[in-house]
Amino acid sequence: MATKLERMAGSKHRFLLNMGPQHPSTHGVLRVVLEMDGEYAMELDPVLGYGHRMHEKMAEVRPTSGFYPNTARMDYLGAILFSHGYVGLLERMAGVEVPERAEYIRVITAELNRISSHLVGIGAYVLDLGAFTPILYAFDDREKILDILEAITGSRLTYCYFRAGGVSRDIDDTFIRRTREFIDRMRNRMPMYHDLVTDNIIFLKRTKEIGLIDRDMAIRYGLTGPVLRGSGIAYDVRKSEPYSIYDRFDFEIPTGENGDSFDRYLVRMEEIVQSLRIIEQALDALPDGPVMAKTKKIKLPAGECNYTVEAARGSLSYYLVGDGSDTPYRLKIRVPSYANLSPLPELCRGILLSDLVTAMGSLDLVIPEIDR
Amino acid sequence: MSGYFSDLITGSKSLLVGLGVTLKALVSPVVTVQYPREKIDVSPAFRGHIDLMKDETTGTHRCIVCLSCMKACPCQCITVEGEKQEGVKGKVLTLFTLDFTKCSLCGLCVESCKPHAIDFSDEYELAGFSREEFFYDLLKRVKERA
Amino acid sequence: MDTMQMTLYDVLRMVIAFLLVITIVFINALVMGYLERKVAAKIQRRWGPMEVGLQGWLQMVLDGVKIIAKQLIVPRDADRVVFRVAPLLSFTPVVLPFLVLPFAKNLVGRDINLGLIFIIAVSSINVLSIFVAGWASNNKYSLFGAVRSVSQNIAYEIPILLSLLSVVLITHTYSMQGIVAAQGTVWFCLVQPVACLIYLVSATAETNRAPFDLPEAESELTAGYHTEYSGFGFSLFMIAEYANMFIVCAVATVLFFGGWHGPFSGEYLGVLWFLLKVFLLMLTMIWVRWTYPRVRFDQLMNLAWKYLIPFSLVNLLLTALIVKCI
Ligand code: SF4
Ligand code: SF4
Repeated sequence: MATKLERMAGSKHRFLLNMGPQHPSTHGVLRVVLEMDGEYAMELDPVLGYGHRMHEKMAEVRPTSGFYPNTARMDYLGAILFSHGYVGLLERMAGVEVPERAEYIRVITAELNRISSHLVGIGAYVLDLGAFTPILYAFDDREKILDILEAITGSRLTYCYFRAGGVSRDIDDTFIRRTREFIDRMRNRMPMYHDLVTDNIIFLKRTKEIGLIDRDMAIRYGLTGPVLRGSGIAYDVRKSEPYSIYDRFDFEIPTGENGDSFDRYLVRMEEIVQSLRIIEQALDALPDGPVMAKTKKIKLPAGECNYTVEAARGSLSYYLVGDGSDTPYRLKIRVPSYANLSPLPELCRGILLSDLVTAMGSLDLVIPEIDR
Repeated sequence: MSGYFSDLITGSKSLLVGLGVTLKALVSPVVTVQYPREKIDVSPAFRGHIDLMKDETTGTHRCIVCLSCMKACPCQCITVEGEKQEGVKGKVLTLFTLDFTKCSLCGLCVESCKPHAIDFSDEYELAGFSREEFFYDLLKRVKERA
Repeated sequence: MDTMQMTLYDVLRMVIAFLLVITIVFINALVMGYLERKVAAKIQRRWGPMEVGLQGWLQMVLDGVKIIAKQLIVPRDADRVVFRVAPLLSFTPVVLPFLVLPFAKNLVGRDINLGLIFIIAVSSINVLSIFVAGWASNNKYSLFGAVRSVSQNIAYEIPILLSLLSVVLITHTYSMQGIVAAQGTVWFCLVQPVACLIYLVSATAETNRAPFDLPEAESELTAGYHTEYSGFGFSLFMIAEYANMFIVCAVATVLFFGGWHGPFSGEYLGVLWFLLKVFLLMLTMIWVRWTYPRVRFDQLMNLAWKYLIPFSLVNLLLTALIVKCI
């Protein structure tokens, strides 16, 4: 009996290549089935769901506070940003005022988290291109962030730090000193990354003009985050509909010109610099006061509510339908990586296998976030 | 054709610069530690598994069996039981177990505990051969420490 | 080689040389494996192997023991015989060139008058073993690696030969000893800098080392042609890779860096100079590997056909003209 592969191969001289879920460059558990013509990928089919843990369903069976730890386990690289969206939603819905200091702390930790996420994203991306060393330098810097955050949140990766109404623990002078040290350190390290990676001719040749996403295509697929900004659209939730206190800070939205893999990489690098600026301003303006709102017990009214934040990979929305009880009737999470994955089949039509890895890496996907 | 030689020159330069970066790293000090031999101090805020705290004045735990930690835990990994005893106000703790395999280290239990009877331990070297090794009897642990 | 004059002494000499070579190949793999890990670690600001022996120098030995003890897994649909033969096949071409490498003035397996050609000819068998390995594994990734390796090797054989020819034009001999002898005063890397550079780049590609490690590009092809190999089969490929590095670096040393020439080289002591130069070159290859990303396949070909081959042709032509005029 002819296998599927043989039937396909027939006259077209194409064959199927299964990439993942355990392939070095599918980051975690994405599986893509490729129809290859020699080294060229002709069709691509992403297969999702290997990391499904039914987070949305879990939200429906427990009190709202019970979902805090879950937020950290979707995008494990940007856990604080994901919690930010969730607590923001609860506060908007229940009408809780968050103390000033707590908002500043949230912004500082969230931006630190964004930097650490981008560092991993960039490091892993360059690793996909075959350079082993930059990821370890990136991890060296990221380690500093993890240390800073560990001292305040108690964990290194899956932070459960934000609470509806504030944060679970106040920051201290050590935190401020270390964060300032980190800002200086990171600024000094940026030229090194540019020397080692950005200017490298092999890197330029591998990423320029590869995985082109133009403005139309970016909008058509609903892309967000660095992937969208790489295509030249300056959309950032922090600017377009400022949540928390982001309207108080002065920062720019870096954008790319061509929408190729290189631009997306550069946008991430530039965002690190901008995040450093935000952190610096927030540290300068940090007010005194409580870090937790007085009303500790939050009551959710019946009705629906949406809250959108800018996570490390794009805009993240929590949409909650409440029935007046303690537990949500339904919680829908719009994760950025899912939309960011969707242009992959179109992106990869007729490109080399190596370019496919480049293009896929530049989307900076976190698969557990898609599967959730 | 115009890009032919400029590519060659800028390209070679960028490659040399890259080599310079790694050469500098080669002679810079190492940043990692040899883990089992050297250890980094655990930060005081570190969240290990929870533990019953020993009260210095009474020499025992402070739990009043209010069960709010059990209710707050999103993972249902805490089991607390108490019973009425003669001559004691309130309940007396008879069982406090933690199923650490399920704990997500969220800290909600610690926050919900009014008398501050539980806190995080700073143990991080937790590896075991079986699931059962992570079913902690916290009451026994606090007694052992006493 | 003039077989008529082969005496018993020569035969004995060959046998001893052969045994020595095998030892060298294995020791080289151990030393290089250790150096590679150590240098990579230091570049990445880690410690690298530290546990067994001082600075972990025994690590590779123990790894070798471990890897030999492992089960040899042959995939169900693989071509069993060819699958097993491929690693052995990769071993032959790396042993033979050692026989003509001049380690010192009087330390050479056999100095044949076509030494250079012999090395080039023998080491191009290597690509066959990679192709066979990839083909026999019956794995699509392996096949990709194998096919890449073949076209890569064919493309890079040309600039290698052309750049070596420029040297031969000056020395008028293919004998390795002869070439070394011609560099008593000045090394050919100064006389022929372009050829030297072209050779070094092409040699890196020829040995499938990063940034030209396309046949085993692990972020694309998991492990390329040796994806399916485990245990000793895998380690033979690794040993062959390091031996190949040694050979190309040794050829570079002989042709461009003065071979065993150096102060106090004498009859035999030149071997120290020779090894020093070879290892410095190999360390550079390691350093390069841990710095750059991998090139793409068409870029690799572009580099060969658009840059290396034209440049080496021009260089050859100029050399020929100059030699003719002088
Ligand atoms: S830390 Fe969270 S999951 Fe763990 S026992 Fe406490 S409440 Fe439960
Ligand atoms: S919340 Fe505190 S006092 Fe109440 S049962 Fe838990 S540990 Fe005991």
